[in-house]
Amino acid sequence: MRTILSLFAEYLGGTRFRLRMEPRMKQPGWLGLIVSLGAVTFALVLGGIVLMLVGGDPIRAYVFMAMAAFGNIGVFSDTLVKATPLILVSLAAVVAFRMRLWNIGAEGQFYLGAFGASLIVLTPILPPETSPWLMIPAMMVMGMLAGALWGFIPGYLKAKYNVNEIISTLMMNYIAVAWNNYFIFDVWSEGGFQMSRQFPKTAWLPRLTDYAAQVPMFRGLTIHLGFVIAMIAAGVVWWILYRSRWGYEIRLIGDNPRAARYAGINIVRNTILVMMLSGALAGLGGMLEISGVVHRLQGAISSGYGFTGIIIAWLAKLNPILVVPISILFGGLLLAGREIQPSGIPMLIQGIILVCLIGSDFLFRNRIRLVRVGQEA
Amino acid sequence: MDDHLNVVELKGISKQFPGVLANDQVDFSLRSGEIHALLGENGAGKSTLVNILTGLYRPDKGTIRVEGEYVDLRSPRDAINYGIGMVHQHFMLVPTQTVTENILLGLDEPRFNMNLSHYDQIISDLGEQYGLQVDPRARIWQLSVGEQQRVEILKMLYRGANVLIMDEPTAVLAPQEIQELFTTLRSMIAEGKSIIFISHKLDEVMAIADRITVLRKGKLSAEGLLTKEITKHDLAREMVGRDVLFRLNKVEQTPGDIVLAVEGLKALNNKGIQALRGLSLHVAAGEIVGLAGVAGNGQTELAEAITGLRPITEGKVVVHGQVLIEGNMSGQRRSRHVRQVIDAGVSHIPEDRTHVGTAPNLSITDNLIMKGYRQPPIAKGWSIDSLSANTQAETLREAYDIIVPTVETPARLLSGGNLQRLILAREISCEPKLMIAMQPTRGLDVGAIETVQRLLLQQRENGAAILLISEELEELISLSDRIYVIYEGEIMGEVMEADSETIGLMMTGTRQKDLVATRKVSR
Repeated sequence: MRTILSLFAEYLGGTRFRLRMEPRMKQPGWLGLIVSLGAVTFALVLGGIVLMLVGGDPIRAYVFMAMAAFGNIGVFSDTLVKATPLILVSLAAVVAFRMRLWNIGAEGQFYLGAFGASLIVLTPILPPETSPWLMIPAMMVMGMLAGALWGFIPGYLKAKYNVNEIISTLMMNYIAVAWNNYFIFDVWSEGGFQMSRQFPKTAWLPRLTDYAAQVPMFRGLTIHLGFVIAMIAAGVVWWILYRSRWGYEIRLIGDNPRAARYAGINIVRNTILVMMLSGALAGLGGMLEISGVVHRLQGAISSGYGFTGIIIAWLAKLNPILVVPISILFGGLLLAGREIQPSGIPMLIQGIILVCLIGSDFLFRNRIRLVRVGQEA
Repeated sequence: MDDHLNVVELKGISKQFPGVLANDQVDFSLRSGEIHALLGENGAGKSTLVNILTGLYRPDKGTIRVEGEYVDLRSPRDAINYGIGMVHQHFMLVPTQTVTENILLGLDEPRFNMNLSHYDQIISDLGEQYGLQVDPRARIWQLSVGEQQRVEILKMLYRGANVLIMDEPTAVLAPQEIQELFTTLRSMIAEGKSIIFISHKLDEVMAIADRITVLRKGKLSAEGLLTKEITKHDLAREMVGRDVLFRLNKVEQTPGDIVLAVEGLKALNNKGIQALRGLSLHVAAGEIVGLAGVAGNGQTELAEAITGLRPITEGKVVVHGQVLIEGNMSGQRRSRHVRQVIDAGVSHIPEDRTHVGTAPNLSITDNLIMKGYRQPPIAKGWSIDSLSANTQAETLREAYDIIVPTVETPARLLSGGNLQRLILAREISCEPKLMIAMQPTRGLDVGAIETVQRLLLQQRENGAAILLISEELEELISLSDRIYVIYEGEIMGEVMEADSETIGLMMTGTRQKDLVATRKVSR
């Protein structure tokens, strides 16, 4: 890295100067924002070059994408709908990663959350005419419990038998998907289609468009209560991590398990509890998605949200509040991408942005200075 | 001075780190076949200087000559190619690999097929040659700190180091081991090797060095003094810039009730070998009881057993008449024992302050509340009262002179002395009835040692019972009211009027009663 930088500097200014890097002692919050924005800009320039190479007009493409995601209240509402499950799976990752538990099973926990919520409606545990005031909370609780169970299993194995949670959570993703498939292919299949029947309206999360009769400008806005719940969840996770005794234990174990042991903290119990909380958050995400958007249990309710969540958690530097704006950005990318091409270029641009953001972390942690060669020797 | 006599010559070395000028125009030269001590307080720039010499850092200014030739050292590999090898204060070993694997790490030979048993033999022989015995097949995590250091030295010898840099090598060693090390160093000198010996222990420097260079706050304070021509007091003055008090003010007081009673304690070490063999001792209120012993004789295990961190197989630990830990409790959760011990008013200054005592990336505040976060005023129901946590942190920062920009600073940015002050602040602020202090002054500079010792004596006056586990005899003798001597997990004896000869004999495995017997016989 150092040689590349110095070569670059020599190219720019002859041999009189060279670039040097040194770790930053202070890492103020605003700096992170500036560095991230710079990285996104840089990525867009790179993406623009790619767009030009394939014969497109980058400016037009970007304007189009921006409009498609944030251009008017209608599409912005769609962006927020996309962001909702992302926020929850990212929070699931944040909680686990804080304790250095590498739960990459948010995808499976998400599916199981959807299944748990469906149990209430489709078994049915509660009849369709139940008041939404009971139906919705019951679905949330069941979704979170199911997700928590999917977190408990690898958590218990890790805590008691030191089973690698990366492997176990990854594998349990496949089980979760197959489990759901069994129900939508057979038990709850509607007329042989691979989906359940539609949920009764009492099991739907309220959307803005549902109130179009009273407030005409809400017409067509699909944003649902789930987004609010997701934001509350972000606040709760922040409170747990930074203001609660439990969160202190999580952060201490994550940073130095030996110090945590020395402070008398029960690592076994916390491993299980944190995996359960992580699973419950992802499970809540699954519940919100089927109750707020698809209104039935079906396959492919997630386009890899669980994995995108890992990336978002990392970009947010495991800060639960930062997860919200970054999820919205990713929601927008998902939405806008589909507008110009179902796959391909948008995914590519998304990838470039990711690489640039991750790379920019280096600039956040280190300072690059231009120094005279003479000063050094 | 004739230039070619110098194996290594540094001229006008400067190195700037963000916020501190670690080295400012430093000159240093090492003659062939000498031991040259580099003396200075913590943060004086000793480590930076030798890190430059080993290619870990590059100087902002200045030149390096090896055997008269100007060199540009870009990496430790460059340095070792010029025959410069360093034994770091913080060991650079892979814990899960064996001694041999660690020594061979990064070398060109063996290439693909590692004939480990062949190399085991070579390393075993090399160890014997220099009196650095260590099992080449043992994994690093199973070794004591002293043994790990031997591996580091062997690593450099194996690489054919001609100039050996020892970064505070005695900080981790017991008195006997120090003597062995000195013997090794002298024999290496006799074979024409040269040694840079970094330390802040005046006695050792006086004992081993031919010449002494003193650094103070990054600057050269004295260069190349001949050991024969100076006194300890002169050196101390050069080092800290003021006269240092060597005598401590210890108040005469009678000990109170027994606070800690350890009875017939047995426990295993990490390798599963019996480390404590039925050990008994007691500590009363208002006394400092020292535990002397060569490293690796069960001190670590004892501290861990008393504080509940290590399961015990037999015996019990009683604090204020309450049985806290018993041998038959192994089935229960250990974290609860640790909590019970903490709640009983036992504080613990751990041996390893970076890996056990603190969490590197958490803030000063978070590190200070590690023991107190379960109780009010820090705890408020399920939450932590961040306001009172911060207030407490600010108060402790002031009171214990922890030098940091803010209490939000992560602990990893603290120097060794500051880190120890943080730990002491935390462990003393909970007003302990019993303190288990393990090597509390290890690796600290003169000023910081004074602070730590003063704080311990102050706790004694406040009526706390203190078990001081240390390998520094001088410290034990000046601080303790009584001294136990531990050898292979057993107490060899107890002395009130400490004299280092008796202790030394017991540290090497002679029981006190046999000692008295032989004396009687000789009379």
